[in-house]
Parts: sequence; C-alpha cells; structure tokens
Amino acid sequence: MDDTYDLYKTMLTIRRFEERALQEFATGKLFGTTHAYIGQEADAAGIFSLLGAEDVVWSNHRCHGHFLAYGGDPYRLAAELMGRQTGLVGGRGGSQHIHWKNFYTNGIQGGFTPIAAGVALAEKVKKTGNVCLAFIGDGTLGEGALYESLNLASLWQLPVLYVLEDNRFAQTTPTPSAVAGSMTARFAAFGISTWELESSDVMQVQATARAALQHVRNTHPAALILHTYRFAAHSKGDDTRDKETIAVLRERFDPLQIHASRLSASQTQQAEAEVGTLIQDAFTRALADPFPTLAP
Amino acid sequence: MTTVLESLNAALHAALQADPRVHLLGEDILDPYGGAFKVTRGLSTRFPDRVLSTPISESAIVGMATGMALRGLRPVAELMFGDFVTLAADQLINHAAKFRWMYNDQVRVPLVLRAPMGGRRGYGPTHSQSLEKHFLGVPGLTVLAPNNLTSPGALLQNAIADEDPVLFVEHKLLYLLPVLEGTEDSLRDWQLTLSTPDPYPVVTLRFAGADTASLTLVTYGYNAELAREAALRLAYEHEIFAEIVVFSQLAPFHLAPLYQSLRRTRRLLTVEEGTFSLGWGAEVAARAAQEIPGCKIARVAAQDLPIANSKTLEDGILPSVDSILQAALRP
Ligand SMILES: Cc1ncc(C[n+]2csc(CCOP(=O)(O)OP(=O)(O)O)c2C)c(N)n1
Ligand SMILES: [Mg+2]
Repeated sequence: MDDTYDLYKTMLTIRRFEERALQEFATGKLFGTTHAYIGQEADAAGIFSLLGAEDVVWSNHRCHGHFLAYGGDPYRLAAELMGRQTGLVGGRGGSQHIHWKNFYTNGIQGGFTPIAAGVALAEKVKKTGNVCLAFIGDGTLGEGALYESLNLASLWQLPVLYVLEDNRFAQTTPTPSAVAGSMTARFAAFGISTWELESSDVMQVQATARAALQHVRNTHPAALILHTYRFAAHSKGDDTRDKETIAVLRERFDPLQIHASRLSASQTQQAEAEVGTLIQDAFTRALADPFPTLAP
Repeated sequence: MTTVLESLNAALHAALQADPRVHLLGEDILDPYGGAFKVTRGLSTRFPDRVLSTPISESAIVGMATGMALRGLRPVAELMFGDFVTLAADQLINHAAKFRWMYNDQVRVPLVLRAPMGGRRGYGPTHSQSLEKHFLGVPGLTVLAPNNLTSPGALLQNAIADEDPVLFVEHKLLYLLPVLEGTEDSLRDWQLTLSTPDPYPVVTLRFAGADTASLTLVTYGYNAELAREAALRLAYEHEIFAEIVVFSQLAPFHLAPLYQSLRRTRRLLTVEEGTFSLGWGAEVAARAAQEIPGCKIARVAAQDLPIANSKTLEDGILPSVDSILQAALRP
C-alpha cells in the first residue's frame, strides 16, 4: 500500500474510533471522560508516519489520535476507555492516562513537558539517536513548567520536538483570550527553531514535520506549531461554540475530505470497509472483556 | 429544595453583589459555560469586570489571588479540578499562608481557593483525588470542606469574609445533592446539634430517642453521606448506635465537639476519602487518643493507591458504606 492510502486510513481509523467512543459514551459503556481528536487527524497521521519504533512520545488528554497513529491497537484503547482488564493499562488510567511501548500520556496540562526534555536527555546520553515528541495544545501555553523545559531543552540541546496543536480553543476559551503575544516568538526567545503550518492537509503536515524532525535528529530542540480545528466538543458534549461556524469550518478544513481527493473512489471505499471492521471488532471484543479486580 | 451547587452559586452571587472587593478567577468560568462544574454560572454575565477567566495557569491564578488579597481585594479563585492544587502548592504554602506571620502580623491574605475534589465519577488518576490532606497543618492556611447538612453557601461566604487564606474543598458528588434542612425526611432519625467554635460549624448527629451510642463516626464533606447510611444500617441491622460528627473546618484542628461525643461513646472511627496514611483521620485519631485516654480508635480511608479509572477498581480503592460497616463491626 502506498503512503497516500496509509495516511488516509490512519486518519479514518482515528475518525471512526472517536465517533464510536462518543457514541458509547452516550450509551454509558464509556464512563468518565473522553476528548475527541476529530478534525485534527492530519496532525497525528502526518507526524507519526515519520517516526521510528524507538522514538518516544508524550501526549496529553487528547491522545487517542496520537496513539492510533503511533500504531496502537484500537481494541486495547477501547478496552481501556471502557475500564476493562485488557485495556492498555488494565483499566487504571482510562482515556487520558495510557502507556504502550514508547508512548505515554498524562492528564495534567503541561506537566510532562520537562519529562519529555528529560527523556530526550536520556536518549542523548545513551546515544540512541531516538527523539522525543511532546504534544501540547494552545491552552497549555499557559503552564509555567513548559517554559522551564524549553529553556533547558535549548541550553542542553536536547532532541525534543514540541508539537503545539493550536485548535484555537482551550475547552471554551478562544486562544486570543488566553495566549498573549506570539506563539512562535515564545520558542524563538529560547533559541528553539520553529516550523509553523496553517493547514489540515496531511501531506503538508508531513512535509513540515519532516523538516522539523530532521532538525531534532541532529540533536537540537524544535517546535512544530500546527494550526488546526477541533470539530467535536472539548470532551463529551460541552460545546459552547456556534454550531454553524463549526459546520462551515468542517466543510472547508476536514482533513479526510482534503486528502480523499487524492484517492480513487474504490480506495476510499476500501478504507471505509477495512476501518469499519477494525473499529467494530475492537469495540465488540472490548465490550465482552472482563472488568479488572483489585489485588487484595 | 436547594442543591449544594445552587447554594454555592448563590453565595458567590451574594458576595460579588455585597462587596466590590470580591473578584473571581479561574479557568473557563465565563458564561455560558459557567465553569466545569457550573458553580460560577451566571456570575460573569452579572459582574463582567470582576469575573476573570484565566489561561491554564494554576500557579499564577493562586499567586495573582495572593497579590490581590495582599493589596485589599477579596479574590475567590477556582481550580477546575482540585487535583491541580499541586501546581499551586508553592504559592499557597510558601507565599499566601506565610505572609501574615512572616511579616509580623502586619499583613493579611484573605483569599479563597475553591477546589473540587473527590472520585466516583470515573475521571481517573489525575481528576479524582482528595488531596486536601497535604495542606492540613500548613501554618496560616485554613482548610474547609462544605457538606450538605449545613449551608455550603454560608460556609463559603464566611470563608470569603475570613482574613486569612482558605482552601475550600468541594467534593464533586455533593454538587447535585440537596442541602438538608433539619426537617427533611432523610434526617428524621436524627437529632442534629450544631456547634460553632469557629465561624465554621460542626454538626453532630445523634439517633433520636435511641439507646446510648457506642461509636462515633467522624468525617467531613460528601463522606458524611456514607457515614449516615452506614450508621442507619448499623442501627437497623446490628443494633449498634452511632453518633456522627461532621466537621467543616479540617485545619487548623479544633476538635472539641468530637471529644464531647467520644466522652459518651469512647469509640472512634474516622472516615475520609483521601489516602489512608498520614491523612486527616490520622491526626484526628492521635489527638483523640491523647484527649480521651482508653478510647478505641480505627480509621477508614482510601487505599494508599492512585485512583483508577475503571469503576471496579475505583470502588475497591475508595471507602464505601460497606468498608465503614466492616470497620465498625470489627471487635
Ligand atoms: C493542570 C491542568 N489544568 C487544567 C486542566 C483541565 N483541562 C483539561 S484539557 C483543558 C484545555 C486544554 O486546552 P488545550 O491545551 O488547547 O488542548 P485542547 O483541549 O484544545 O486539545 C483543560 C483546561 C488539566 N487537565 N490540567
Ligand atoms: Mg486547544
């Protein structure tokens, strides 16, 4: 299969997974909370297509898309979201606290940004050539720990890539109400090279990410700022934004639609069929799995 | 019927209305959203200049509130989840709580930090904790927790009027519960006594017309609900009568109403949702042991584990009516 098709399939897997997760939330099978990645699929698909198996990833509350693009099993993720023993972390973490291979997430905004720098330092010390990625949102620019980590990453020239997904909102707060000054200048102030893109086209994301990653592989910190759109509610149903505006944005910036134009009709149908089976199977199996029990 | 949520919300309305020094700060607290748990609903519409929606900056939120309080305002800050109080710990412990004493009593820091804590909603390890125990015993810091036996709103208004910094711990499961007035059906078995050694009331519940109680359950916040249910089952299923003492001030520790009850029952069971080791109950137990020699003491708390997302695990980690019963029935 060629890259064009794979990128589409990755994005579609994320889309269908998230739609199903929201659906199961409504049925009560998914308990607690979930943050859908719908609208931002191009970011994850583009970036993860470039990573090696040993590269390390730190992600945040909106991590399902990152995990699936990393190559994670939708079944294990579904099981985790529904609190099953077979989940990625045995039901302990749930939606925003998962770990698999070199992929880690946590639900505290900004908390892991120094950890990602520490991971990068470890990889540098061990001379593995691996890089570390840290995914943050625009709202997370509010957290002080981020800036401490940027300073250190630059001082010590650590192979860490900060991926800033600016989806223009932090929960209900529009970015201009919470982020003063310039996003790029934040990184520039620390001497961190920055790549910036305003696009939902996965090919463009991939090209820009490739350049940024090249820099990081030469053992320099870098930032990748991706301006994108979140089409779904922040978490379950808590969307205070204007529905019509979102619908218009979705018409124009849906990463799946944009990329679908590069595929034949039979290819998109094939992807739908493959992904449909994958997601159906993942949730069916997960739903049949037992709940964990606490060791005495 | 008023819910705890409505009571707190009304108190904030009243405080902003009554005193131009009162300001609110927090993440996503503006209308129409009105905060993650809706406690601030309607306030930004009515008081747009004094309800400040902040970036995701817990340390700065509490630091800003400290500066505002130091210079004569009455800030009420909200943490979206109480779990994030760790990000503001330095501002609270090394700044806000210290200033009055360190500056030789010449200054005051009248801030309130509201923190929705507690589990049982499947939010997982970083959004379910009861971290207040880490802030008990911090000199200069008062820690309060509303319950639904006395007005949560009145407690909040008193906290805002307090001259010193207050960490105000709201258990999430309280929000939708009705504030019980003494006459309500669910309290018909109980005789309710209110003592107010501080501006912050202590409620003592005793079985109306029952034999002498042989056990005192002591708790705070939402867990008073569990204690009440456990006490009813102890009475109806085991003919063991318990008194329940519910504190709204956790720290500093003023336990006189508890000692009064213990002089009658001589048996103490502490109940809290924070983790077991070095918790609120440990300090209460140590003080009770000293004050009431020969008093039997046991503690119920969460296991010393993070709180899992999966319900089956979370249920096993957090205290329950059953675990209170078990501890109460242990000889
Ligand atoms: C320290 C901390 N503060 C607050 C929150 C609550 N919270 C979770 S997601 C979120 C908004 C994050 O916005 P952004 O960084 O833009 O990411 P997005 O949700 O848009 O992907 C907030 C406030 C949190 N999880 N951690
Ligand atoms: Mg955002």
